[in-house]
Amino acid sequence: MTVAEAPPLLEVRGLRMHFAVTEGILSGRTVGQVKAVDGVDFTIRRGETLGLVGESGCGKTTTGRCILRLETPTEGAIIYDGVDIAKLPRKDLLALRRRIQVIFQDPYSSLNPRMKVGDIIAEPMMVHGIERDAKRRDARVRELLSVCGLNPKFADRYPHEMSGGQRQRVGIARALALQPEFIVCDEAVSALDVSIQAQVVNLLEDLRERFGLTYLFIAHDLSVVRHLCQRVAVMYLGRIVELADGDELFDHPLHPYTQALLSAVPVPDPTVEATRNFRPAKGEIPSPINPPPGCVFHPRCPIAVENCKHARPELRELRPGHWVACSEVH
Amino acid sequence: MPLLLDVRDLHTEFRTGAGLVRAVDGVSYTVDQGETVAIVGESGSGKSVSAMSILRLIPDPPGRITQGQILFAGRDLMRLSDDAMREVRGGEIGMVFQEPMTSLNPVLTIGRQITEAVEQHRGVDWATAQKRALELLALVGIADPARRLKQYPHQLSGGMRQRVMIAIALACDPKLIIADEPTTALDVTIQAQILELMKDLTRRLNVALIIITHNLGVVARYANRVNVMYAGRIVESGSAAAIYHRPRHPYTIALLRSVPRLDRPRQAKLDPVDGQPPDLTRLDGGCSFRPRCRFAVDACAHGRPPLEATDDAAHLAACFRSREIGGATGAAA
Repeated sequence: MTVAEAPPLLEVRGLRMHFAVTEGILSGRTVGQVKAVDGVDFTIRRGETLGLVGESGCGKTTTGRCILRLETPTEGAIIYDGVDIAKLPRKDLLALRRRIQVIFQDPYSSLNPRMKVGDIIAEPMMVHGIERDAKRRDARVRELLSVCGLNPKFADRYPHEMSGGQRQRVGIARALALQPEFIVCDEAVSALDVSIQAQVVNLLEDLRERFGLTYLFIAHDLSVVRHLCQRVAVMYLGRIVELADGDELFDHPLHPYTQALLSAVPVPDPTVEATRNFRPAKGEIPSPINPPPGCVFHPRCPIAVENCKHARPELRELRPGHWVACSEVH
Repeated sequence: MPLLLDVRDLHTEFRTGAGLVRAVDGVSYTVDQGETVAIVGESGSGKSVSAMSILRLIPDPPGRITQGQILFAGRDLMRLSDDAMREVRGGEIGMVFQEPMTSLNPVLTIGRQITEAVEQHRGVDWATAQKRALELLALVGIADPARRLKQYPHQLSGGMRQRVMIAIALACDPKLIIADEPTTALDVTIQAQILELMKDLTRRLNVALIIITHNLGVVARYANRVNVMYAGRIVESGSAAAIYHRPRHPYTIALLRSVPRLDRPRQAKLDPVDGQPPDLTRLDGGCSFRPRCRFAVDACAHGRPPLEATDDAAHLAACFRSREIGGATGAAA
């Protein structure tokens, strides 16, 4: 496998992002901390798509924002192509953003409604001072539109004149404008209707092949993640609980949380559903302000033992390439 | 046993700046006692508007129910006075909406919102209503109900708020609950809990359920019968098994093929539905799925195919070519 031998493009080590919880409008006393990301490690190889999945509040989006350096992490290293970008000063970020781009979830709020589609796509080129010639920039915008499956004439339209799927294509074209090598897709297809979602998923795959892109694909929809990602990391309350190759993770989930998550997803087939033995995970997701001690999943875990209340399990490689943070699976 | 709900030729329109939108354009379907019927469709297909029309909750203006009968337990809801209709809503028909935070009143306690329903519809005193509220919260699986009764919606998690919504819907022993995307705003593990709860309660209490959703997996797990909507019309209707294993309408076939599945390994490419969703202000006299359809022929431009029985009398499809395409492509979907 060529992908496996390539050096990692991105290595995240011991990433922590804590936000202060304040009280009082004027005093702003710090009364606690949200440990949105609390010790996350993973690597992404060049040309690979890593899926980052989990429920709300698990820290998947914050992890993506740290890599984009929209947040400055509290602790940890983010080594991108050999350079630690975790504490990179502001003036060096512009260069970084030519290489790392983002596609957001909501094509309604992530496009400026007062700008024409062509200007939206041209803006990153203006900011970075590439394609300074207006004619060539225009041509580039039209090319990007057609690469993303849109009629180049759409450059003169406004976002509100387009459907959700078309807008998301504009968001993708904007991300491609600087010819990045790495794209963080944060719930990039979640807001789309089923029939449109598949079109955009296919587009993302085509673009990966065509431009040799690397994706961090953040999503809560596990079926889309299974389709799109070579490897998948499952997060729960700020930590990665399981990480493995896609098919391995979905066919042989080892962590009790992953198992609960997978069994909760209904499959579009009544015959399969009728034969599935299904028990929903008990309890609710605890608050990340006051996470349970020890293993964060223990209050909901069907196999938890006394020790899980005290000791935080580290990720261990139980099978080749299959990492699990649970002391009770072997 | 007589039908619980019989919707006949329902039409709901909205007058908008862009033109007249026929959001629901001749929808007919039935629900038996205790049955779970799913209405599936994408944004703008009319699935929510058709359900809101049953409850006569269409804001006028801009909306209006222009035609149709809604026979519920033998009465035509369209002919009821506003007061009588208010008795039906929350009484014989319970409602659960998508976003529990916006459908609960933020300045009233949970207890007040449940007892309000009971007092309104049953005319019982405070103490009886309070007792009923406690019962209901326990029924929907909320621990420590006495404490929760005194709390406000913002003190509850999303899953718990949706349990409260279900408790309110059940407060007056309804015969039917209409649930509009009841779990779309919830996380996967919480969604599973809520759906299991609704399934368990509707079976135990013999309540019929209309569940409106875009999630084909949820439908497969919970529905007895399925109505697939597209551009304001039901394009296919049948048992869940028939719809999923022998789809007869090109839209259903394309939709089922386009969804990635968690129980299948990575395939090369997804097979998406071509084209864009329809613009409801610009529909012509032909089949509205025609521009995206791989089976379209000339006849599709000249008339709308009626919803008719396929070779199975309980399985209906609105496509001129449903008989020919069924056998050839259904199995693969």
